[in-house]
Amino acid sequence: MKTNITSLQRVLTSLGHSEPDRVPFFLLLSMHGAKELNMSIKEYFSLPDNVVEGQLRLREKFKDDCYYTFFYAGIEIEAMGGKVIFTNDGPPNVSTPIIKNIDDIAKLKHISIKESPHLNKVLETTRKLKKTIGDDAPIIGVVMSPFSLPIMQMGFSGYLDLLYDHPKEFNQLMTYNEKFCIDWGRAQIESGATAICYFDPFSSPTMIPKEVFLKTGFEIGKSTISGIAGPVAIHLASGITLPIADELSQIGAAVLGVSVNEDLAELKSKYKGKISLLGNLNAVEMRRWDKETAEREVQKAIKKAGPGGGFILSDNHGEIPYQVSDEVLIAISDAVHKYGHYPIEM
Amino acid sequence: MEQTIDQLKKSLLSVDHAASNEILQRISNELTYTEIIDKIIMPVMDQIGLGWEDGTVALSQVYMTGKFTEKFVDSILPPGDPNRKHKPKMAITVLEDYHMLGKRIIYSMLRASGFELYDYGHTTVNSLFQKIKDDDINTILISTLMLPSALKIKELKAKLIAENMNTRVIVGGAPYRFDNQLWKDVGADAMASGANEVISIINGNGGQV
Repeated sequence: MKTNITSLQRVLTSLGHSEPDRVPFFLLLSMHGAKELNMSIKEYFSLPDNVVEGQLRLREKFKDDCYYTFFYAGIEIEAMGGKVIFTNDGPPNVSTPIIKNIDDIAKLKHISIKESPHLNKVLETTRKLKKTIGDDAPIIGVVMSPFSLPIMQMGFSGYLDLLYDHPKEFNQLMTYNEKFCIDWGRAQIESGATAICYFDPFSSPTMIPKEVFLKTGFEIGKSTISGIAGPVAIHLASGITLPIADELSQIGAAVLGVSVNEDLAELKSKYKGKISLLGNLNAVEMRRWDKETAEREVQKAIKKAGPGGGFILSDNHGEIPYQVSDEVLIAISDAVHKYGHYPIEM
Repeated sequence: MEQTIDQLKKSLLSVDHAASNEILQRISNELTYTEIIDKIIMPVMDQIGLGWEDGTVALSQVYMTGKFTEKFVDSILPPGDPNRKHKPKMAITVLEDYHMLGKRIIYSMLRASGFELYDYGHTTVNSLFQKIKDDDINTILISTLMLPSALKIKELKAKLIAENMNTRVIVGGAPYRFDNQLWKDVGADAMASGANEVISIINGNGGQV
């Protein structure tokens, strides 16, 4: 058994499809930092120093293997001139769509990442975290995929109408979003992020049929991930992946976030040696888990996907709800440290 | 009939408006409008709803189907037509969050099945409670995407009980699909994962009640 390795070394070993000392695990916590600092979610995300402090405290408390510089999905819309509505118990929602009709697509202005005060808060958080922790653990940054971002830019139904009925404007928006996404991903890597999580729920067969994905999300994903020019994980945020497994394996990402709606053993068998898996604890159910349930679920996931490496235990959505208690998170952590050591006892 | 159902289902799932229109045009010459709705459109939507539940049909296909068929049914059975199904007195809303797609789909599918219902858009617990009271709603359909919004149903249900209102609360949306105990935890009367399940619940023969 290998010992005394850093979280970063543990993660990299697993991503190389080998077994490190134990299964790495990511608690993808964003809003819980506000609880740590006894602040509202809005106040917490108003200053990079809050998020740096929150992330440091969270990892100290839960002993997982990453830092997560994700603020909230709507921050990209704020950078584009939109607004979000904060609540006290969940991620902020985008208010009015910035694209109200398809003519607005041609009027979208170029966003300079470094001049955006909203995005700069994330970059500053990343720089400060990197300076503090060095190479101890990976820092995971986040981008919304060009293909999924329009759900927030124009509302879901407006976007579906665009996709099916207005191919020219759809392509125009994808070109704009791809440029933004590449710039945004690169800026985070330049600031110290170890890897970028490319959230693309719209590409899941839960959302669109495979034949549509092949012509759209797949091509856009390949091009954008290649453009980011750094380590990327693709995450379909609870959406299923198996019907498009071959394409996801070739999209250019090293890691794939997988859904609780698919069996982890089947996923591991399908993706083994091609792409590492991140998942798939049920983040919604976690709200009502007790210590025993957490331990059982962790053990089950580790047995199914842990052997051989290529696996990071995490939730299935990419963000743990604010309602999940510290007790459950500690129970998850304890279970990984108890049952996650290699070789996995079957 | 089975062949027509199959053809229409295929054309709707591939978002082939021309083929769907051609099929509907053809059957319009052969069947009455109530027969078209009950014997063709409702079975097609039932099959598409089941496909959504078992993961073989994508959300985008359900949305495009609902939108297309709602428009068609409006053309043969306009809003306010006495032959529309006005019972139970229903309304639909998105509670406390801003993700309207689920509501839009269910609304379209129910209207395409001949049902008439109020669309309350986005509401808060207080505004929804007041609307239910003012309109004397028998069945409220509530769509939520975010977990915090789903948990707010508990507050609404408490208000309804405090006022001795027996409005039936049917919930749906992602949080309930990922935690099949959640709808009970928040005190809802039933959970539906699609319009077909809403209709089964209304008819007293299905859904999670």
